[in-house]
Amino acid sequence: MTAALLFDAGLCLLVLVVAFSAVAGRGLFGAIAFFIIYGMLIALAWLRLEGVDVALAEAAIGAGLTGMLLIGAWSMLKQLGVSGLPGGPSVPLRIAAGAVSGLVALALAATVLALPDGREGLSPAVAESLGRSGVDNPVTAVLLNFRAYDTLLESVVLLIALIAVWSLTPRAVWGGVPGLAQHARSDGVLSMFGRLLPPLGLVVAIYLVWAGSSQPGGAFQAGTVLAAVWLLVVMAGLYDEPPASSRNLRLALVAGPGVFLAVGAVGAAFGVFMGIPEGFAKPLILSIEFALTVSIAVTLALLVAGRPRRPA
Amino acid sequence: MIALDVMTVLLVCTGLVFFVAGTAGLLRFPDFHSRLHALTKADNLGLGFIALGVAFQMTDAWSVAKLALVWMLAGLAAASVAQLVARAALDRLPDESGGEHKG
Repeated sequence: MTAALLFDAGLCLLVLVVAFSAVAGRGLFGAIAFFIIYGMLIALAWLRLEGVDVALAEAAIGAGLTGMLLIGAWSMLKQLGVSGLPGGPSVPLRIAAGAVSGLVALALAATVLALPDGREGLSPAVAESLGRSGVDNPVTAVLLNFRAYDTLLESVVLLIALIAVWSLTPRAVWGGVPGLAQHARSDGVLSMFGRLLPPLGLVVAIYLVWAGSSQPGGAFQAGTVLAAVWLLVVMAGLYDEPPASSRNLRLALVAGPGVFLAVGAVGAAFGVFMGIPEGFAKPLILSIEFALTVSIAVTLALLVAGRPRRPA
Repeated sequence: MIALDVMTVLLVCTGLVFFVAGTAGLLRFPDFHSRLHALTKADNLGLGFIALGVAFQMTDAWSVAKLALVWMLAGLAAASVAQLVARAALDRLPDESGGEHKG
């Protein structure tokens, strides 16, 4: 017990130190590096709290993918000749912002400590209805059945983010190929990994979606794995990004939210919009999860690739 | 039971030594590629020892196989990332020595 307590205390201390370093660091790159480490430590913290689903999502999206987006933005800034942080807010404003953040953190901590013991929140209600949700993993039951509209809106937010990135495209390359051309020796080590890892990644991703109905896993985690596989394939120079005007690509982008909305509409016919009909819950939820996985993977990969830069 | 625990402690400690060595190399080695070398080689070996140590705590063969798979995948991922980092450095190093670089 003491060893676990020591570990948790050390982890909390590390999280605080790394968070402070990410915010207070001088260089942009250092701040990004600390932000990624912060994401990994938070994933560890979620593991300690037995929130494996959240830990997976935090490690894959919070640390991995967001880190990659930030590094991409940093390298763009560097190409534009912006090397350091701009002047930024004045010192009094920073102190005020820090004080407000500290107060919010203290208030949150006080609230958590003030919660009565043995209170389980909504988990008894979830456990009670789990049998009717079509899946055995309570997290998946909440995300895709009880509060399906939250997840639907999340998947739409991702799509809107990509549209925002694409809207920065100059007219000359509108609908063109995202990102810069990648070169790698076709007999090189990277090409070998680019051929060796994708099948493994595909299996892991399908397993993650399938396992999501009874164990930790799901569309967001699997989608991130698929996106990473695609990024590796592109960076190894095996395939190029598809042009943004490609019809198949756009179908893949809207497949997840589309299937989700269609199921929601069927639910409306049975009485409640976004209500999953009880007898068909498992096949419906799995269809949504697989369609969402494809859309999330494509959206995340294209977010990393950035706006179109070359004519189709 | 005690013998298994001793094996675990010994192997995990060996793994930690490799991690410390890799980190020392990252901090102390003179140039970019040596530092990358220290990091990737030592950490993969360290992770292998730790996985092997944890395997002695597992009760079934399935979990041991999963640990082996985790080590293998982490190794492959680390190797791919090392390649990417090294390539990025190749692109950048002429830049740092004053040459013009586009891309």
